[in-house]
Amino acid sequence: MLRLDISKQLGDFFIEAAFASEGRVTGLFGASGAGKTSLVNMIAGLLTPDRGTIAVDGEVLDDTAARLHVPAHRRRIGYVFQEARLFPHLDVRHNLDYGRRMNGLAQDPSHLARIVEMLDVGKLLDRRPGKLSGGERQRVALGRALLAQPRLLLLDEPLGSLDEERKAEILPYLMRLRDEANVPMVYVSHDPDEMRQLAAQVVLLKRGRVVAFGGVEVLPG
Amino acid sequence: MFDLSPTEMTAILLSLRVAAVATLVATPLGIAAAWLLARRAFWGKPVVDALIHLPLVLPPVVTGYLLLLSFGRRGLIGAWLADHLGIVFAFRWTGAALACGIMAFPLLVRPIRLSIEAVDRRLEQAAATLGAPPWRVFASVTLPLALPGVLAGMVLGFAKAIGEFGATITFVSNIPGETQTISSAVYSLIQTPDGDAAALRLVAVSIVIAMAALIASEFFARRATRRLHGS
Repeated sequence: MLRLDISKQLGDFFIEAAFASEGRVTGLFGASGAGKTSLVNMIAGLLTPDRGTIAVDGEVLDDTAARLHVPAHRRRIGYVFQEARLFPHLDVRHNLDYGRRMNGLAQDPSHLARIVEMLDVGKLLDRRPGKLSGGERQRVALGRALLAQPRLLLLDEPLGSLDEERKAEILPYLMRLRDEANVPMVYVSHDPDEMRQLAAQVVLLKRGRVVAFGGVEVLPG
Repeated sequence: MFDLSPTEMTAILLSLRVAAVATLVATPLGIAAAWLLARRAFWGKPVVDALIHLPLVLPPVVTGYLLLLSFGRRGLIGAWLADHLGIVFAFRWTGAALACGIMAFPLLVRPIRLSIEAVDRRLEQAAATLGAPPWRVFASVTLPLALPGVLAGMVLGFAKAIGEFGATITFVSNIPGETQTISSAVYSLIQTPDGDAAALRLVAVSIVIAMAALIASEFFARRATRRLHGS
């Protein structure tokens, strides 16, 4: 599903990683500053590697030797950011619909209804992001990414900005997403418990390098 | 004293028309220039930036004279436009609009540029990951979020255009009914014996137009800000 072999210099920080994952959820685990977000930004196409290749479902998206870089908007890779990044000038309904419009997809009311129900955002549709709680914002961001019909979903610490209570509120939605949405995910976190609950395969990152790759047993105590 | 003479009325309507056309034509160009300056790095950017701001610091009479040299009937651009497209600027109201547009341009661009710079680039990245190509990111995220700045720039540009005097009178002269705006009419009247009453009437009209523009801009800016940041 996701195959990657890249390196990049970012200021003083050097990141070099290679792995190929097949699972439904690939966990990217590491302390803050390990290079998780940089790696995810490269998969999304927001950052270009200095050297190497990235391929999703066999399609090569980056190949520096062939000077190939597919721009982010043509990758069909969804991205849920830590801070949600909802569009403040659009209500929830139009935030959710944004990806469908940009990709020229036909309206699909049943798909929309399923995701609205799965994430329980039906009551929020007419609200602006400024009037949502942190957890609600993150659920809308999940829905917005899914409704663009991505082939891969990147989740960069989607619970990172939430307190423990909110985390416990969102986690079941993420598990439901994993089991029902049928989109492979890359899940970034520095919380081993979260990882154990969600990921099938784990990539352990330390100071820009992959130090372990395997099942959840590679996670620290 | 508030019976406006036909000449005064003509000057007022002409000023409004000149300023409106100048603002409407300059706005899309101003948005493009503001976006380039705010979001792109390119060779020669400081020169482009300086060129845009040049009318602000040059004596207006110099700008007007340069316009006459380039856009006059015998000017390089003016002759070409007249021969090939039938567009004439010299001594026409369109020339007044051109002069006002150029003089207003730096004031129009500045607030738009600042408001584009203030748009969170992370929202633009989010739009890209949702499949929006760059021009649609601009149209659906950057521009709506920068709207208060665009409105502010338009009002500032309009106010500058309606008050413009030096470049306009140098380029297109002071012809009643064709190029005589409020400013040049006031200028003529205060050099005429017994012109004071008429000059004062036009001064009052200028103040009303300027106040209306400022109040309107404040109103639109507030409404846009409210619209952008939740009800």
